[in-house]
Amino acid sequence: MTPLALYLLFSALLFSIGLAGALARRNAIIVLIGIELMLNAANLNFIAFWRYGPNPQALTGVMFVIFSIGVAAAEAAVGLALIISIYRHYRTTNLDQMDSMKG
Amino acid sequence: MTASFAIIAALTLASAVAAMSLRNLVHCVLMLMVTFAGLAVLYLQLGAQFVGFAQILIYIGAVAILIVFAILLTRGSEPPRQSIFSATWVVGVGIAVTVFGLLSAMILSSRAVTREMRPLPEATVRQIGEQLMNKYVLPLEVIGLLLTAALIGAVIIAMHEKEGK
Repeated sequence: MTPLALYLLFSALLFSIGLAGALARRNAIIVLIGIELMLNAANLNFIAFWRYGPNPQALTGVMFVIFSIGVAAAEAAVGLALIISIYRHYRTTNLDQMDSMKG
Repeated sequence: MTASFAIIAALTLASAVAAMSLRNLVHCVLMLMVTFAGLAVLYLQLGAQFVGFAQILIYIGAVAILIVFAILLTRGSEPPRQSIFSATWVVGVGIAVTVFGLLSAMILSSRAVTREMRPLPEATVRQIGEQLMNKYVLPLEVIGLLLTAALIGAVIIAMHEKEGK
């Protein structure tokens, strides 16, 4: 197996762990952590494809990862602020109890 | 290369599983820090020094600390009494396993992954800085604007509301 395939498999496994955590956990903060793990798995894919791609001098993968890290930081800040705001209203971070918009 | 990759990958995956399944939320974030550090080591192994150190600075230094603050502000540090998994956790884990199966089948059957090892490309910080100032200057400005807007928005959302309003 080539190194690129190993990196891609590792990143697919990390993505699935993050997805399982985001879908199966009850706490909103852990769901956000799962989303961060999925974003990191995607970043690793970009770096692996840049390293083993046909034209690594263009630095495209590295640039995309730098901007992706910036967007992920903004997403984490806004997401945690939303969780704190929801906690003030409902006194819980349990996603199963946040059902006031459920039909 | 393969032995060090195997060790780091196993450590990273084990800490990711622990971050997703531990009961105490503070322990989850500590395990998440180990995962981020393992990913930073993998970036360094792949020759992307700047991204590796940016990962350590931003994720371990900022995002993980931010999550710890959120946990302490929402009193999540006390372990919950009921189950930590939601009512439909079987469906969630099933979807994740299906996604992994599909992804790995695609990766293993793809012809794009049979590339040979190339010489390590140069990605010095100087080159990255020159690219950021020439070709990627507009995305850089946009991400600066986005981060400013996110900062102000996060402060406004989390700001304490006045009583009786």
